[in-house]
Amino acid sequence: MSARENVLSKIRASMRVPSSDDKRREAVAARLENSPAGIIPGRAQLPKAGQVDLFCSMAEQFGATLARVSDYKAVAAEVTTYLRSHNLPAEIRMGADKRLKKAGWETEKNLEIRHGASDGGDLAGVSHAMAGIAETGTLALASGQDNPTTINFLPEHHIVVLKAGDIKGDMESVWAMLRKAQGKGEMPRAFNLITGPSRSGDIEQTILLGAHGPRALHVIVVD
Amino acid sequence: MELTANKFKANASKALVDAQLQKALGNVEKGFIGKRQKAADALPEFDALRDNARDIKNHVLEHLDLYLEEYERKVTAAGGHVHWAETAEDARRIVLEICKKANARTVTKGKSMITEEIALNDHLEANGIEPVETDLGEYIIQLRGEHPSHIIAPAVHLNKEQVEGDFRRVHTHLPEGRDLSEPVSLLSEAREVLRQRYFAADVGITGANFLIAETGTSVIVTNEGNGDLTQTLGKVHVVVASIEKIVPTLEDTSQILRVLARSATGQDMSVYTTFSTGPKREEDPDGPDEYHVVLLDNGRSAMLGTEYQDMLRCIRCGACMNHCPVYHAVGGHAYGSVYPGPMGAVLTPSLNGIDETGQLPNASTFCGRCEAVCPMRIPLPKMMRHWREREFERNLTPAVARYGLKAWAFFAKRPKLYRFGASFAMPLLSLFGGTSRRFHSLPFAGGWTRHRDLPAPEGRTFLQAWAQREAQKQETGQ
Repeated sequence: MSARENVLSKIRASMRVPSSDDKRREAVAARLENSPAGIIPGRAQLPKAGQVDLFCSMAEQFGATLARVSDYKAVAAEVTTYLRSHNLPAEIRMGADKRLKKAGWETEKNLEIRHGASDGGDLAGVSHAMAGIAETGTLALASGQDNPTTINFLPEHHIVVLKAGDIKGDMESVWAMLRKAQGKGEMPRAFNLITGPSRSGDIEQTILLGAHGPRALHVIVVD
Repeated sequence: MELTANKFKANASKALVDAQLQKALGNVEKGFIGKRQKAADALPEFDALRDNARDIKNHVLEHLDLYLEEYERKVTAAGGHVHWAETAEDARRIVLEICKKANARTVTKGKSMITEEIALNDHLEANGIEPVETDLGEYIIQLRGEHPSHIIAPAVHLNKEQVEGDFRRVHTHLPEGRDLSEPVSLLSEAREVLRQRYFAADVGITGANFLIAETGTSVIVTNEGNGDLTQTLGKVHVVVASIEKIVPTLEDTSQILRVLARSATGQDMSVYTTFSTGPKREEDPDGPDEYHVVLLDNGRSAMLGTEYQDMLRCIRCGACMNHCPVYHAVGGHAYGSVYPGPMGAVLTPSLNGIDETGQLPNASTFCGRCEAVCPMRIPLPKMMRHWREREFERNLTPAVARYGLKAWAFFAKRPKLYRFGASFAMPLLSLFGGTSRRFHSLPFAGGWTRHRDLPAPEGRTFLQAWAQREAQKQETGQ
C-alpha cells in the first residue's frame, strides 16, 4: 500500500468509519458547497461610509499611513509627495494594473517607473489592492502581472492604492468578491492579506517595524 | 532534537537558577497576557468565535480522510504536488529528494514547528544542503545551535546582549565597532544579512497554519514577511504540514483567523496572512516554479478516536504556555521536547510515547489557565490527567509517589481507620507546629519545605470541626 493509503486507512480505522460512508461524504460536500459564514463580528456591519472610515482608522492603528484622494488622477502626485517627504529617490516599481496606469503619472515628469516584478533593488513599490477589510484595516492583494507579489514584500516602502468602493466590512465579503472574479473553489496563486508594515517582536518582545518586509506601508484610498 | 523530557525536574532546577533566563522569561508574562486580554475584550464575539472554531475543527476531525482527499485533488488541479509521509523519517526523505532534484545547495526556511518535529535541518545538513532560518527568532537560535523555547517566540529565552554577542561572533564581515546596543540595530543587521540569502536559495520551505480543502490552498500567518520572501523567491516552494491542519473553506479559515492572532500576540490580525495555491502560473511574473506539500501523519492518526483527539484542534498560538505558571518559571527548554508548555505536555507523549515523556504531564499545577485561554477550547488539564493515569498504570510514576498514593488509598478506603488515625495525627502535628504554626522542615517533605514553610494543622480534623460547628448551631437554635 502507498503512504497515502496507509495514512487514510489509519485515520478511518481510528475513527471506526467505513471507507464508503455516504452520510459523511454528503456532510463534506455540503460544507464545501455552502461554505457557511459562521460568526461575523458586528464591528464592521456599518453603512458604506462608516466602513471606509473604520478601514482608515484601523489601518492607521496597525501602523499604516493613509491618504485619501478624490480620483485616480491625483494618485501620482500623492506618490511623489510621499517619496519626497520620506527623502526617497523619485523611483517606483509597479505592475501592469490598468487602474494604476490611469493614475496621472504624466504630471510627474521626474518620476522613474520600473515595471514588472521587483528584483530587490527597489526602495518603493506601488500596488493596487483588490479589496480592503474594514474590520481589521487589512488590504487584500492578488498575485499576477497586474500586481506582482514581490512588490508586496521586497521594497522598503509599500504604497497601496485602494478604491473606496472596494472596501468591505468583513473578510467574508472579500471571499464573495474573489469567488465572483475567480470562480468557486479557485484562488490566485498568491493572495495576501496585509495589516500594517512588517514587524518583529523576537528580541525581548519589543515590537519593531521593518523586519523582512516593508518598513512602511502607505495606503492611498481613492474615493 | 534529542528528547530529554524525562529530565524535566533536573532541567527545571537548572532553569530556576539561570539569571539570564529568568530575566528573559519576565518578558513572557509582561508581554503576552495583557495584550491577549485587551484584544479579546475588544471583540464582543470572541468567545462565540472560540466555540465555532472548536466546532469547525471537530467537524474536520470527524471527516479528516475525506477532506484530505478533496484537498489533495485541489492542490493537484492547481499544478502542485502532494506527498504523504507516515513518519518523520518519511517526511525528511521526501523533502531531501525534492531539494536534490532541484540541485539545491541552500534552502531558506520560514518559521515552522513541524520541521522542528521532524528534525529537518539536521537531515539537510548531513546531506550537504545548508538550511537558513529566516524568521528573526529562528535565525538567532540557529546561530546558537539551539532549539525554539516557545512555539511562536523561539528566542524568548534570550536577552538582547546575548543576541548582540552572537551577531558579532558570526557576522565577521561587518565592522567591529558598529553599534548593536538597541534591538532595532540587531533587527536591521539580520534583515541585511538575510536579504542576500533569499535570492541565493534554491528551495524555500515553510510550514502551514491552515490547509484549505475547498481551494487546495496553504496558509501562513506571520508578522515579519520572511515566510513570504522564502516561498516567493525560491524556485521551489515546499510546504510541510501535518494532516490536522485542514480546514474546509475560506469562511472556516476566517473564523479561526479571528481567534488565532488575538490569542497569540494580541493582534487583531497578524501582518501577513498569505494564501498560496500551486506554483507560478503562465502569466505570473514571480512565484515558485514548483509547489510541493508534504502531508505528515507522525502519530496523529492514532490520536483520533482516543481521549487525546481534542489535541488535534490545536492551532499553535502559544496562549497556553504564555499563561502557564510552570512555563513562566522554567521556560521552554526545560521541557526537553520540541513542543513546550501545556500543549507540549499533552502532544509530546502522544508523539513520543509516555515512557519517554512521563514527567511532562506532571509539569503542571492544574491551575487551568491554559484551558481558560485556549482559543480552540482544548481541555488540556483533563488530557494531562489522562496521561498521568496512563503513566501510573504502566508503573512509570516514581516509587515515592506510587507508594505514598497506595498508602493514602489504603486509609482513604477505610473511613473509620482514617478518622481514627487522623484524630491522633492532627493534634500531634499541631503540637509540633509550635507558636509559629509552621514547619520549616519535615521528614519526607523536603521538596516542599526547602523552598517554603508548610502550615501546621490547627489541631482538630475537619470532621471534628464540622461536628462541633453543627453542635453549636443546635445549641443556639439557629
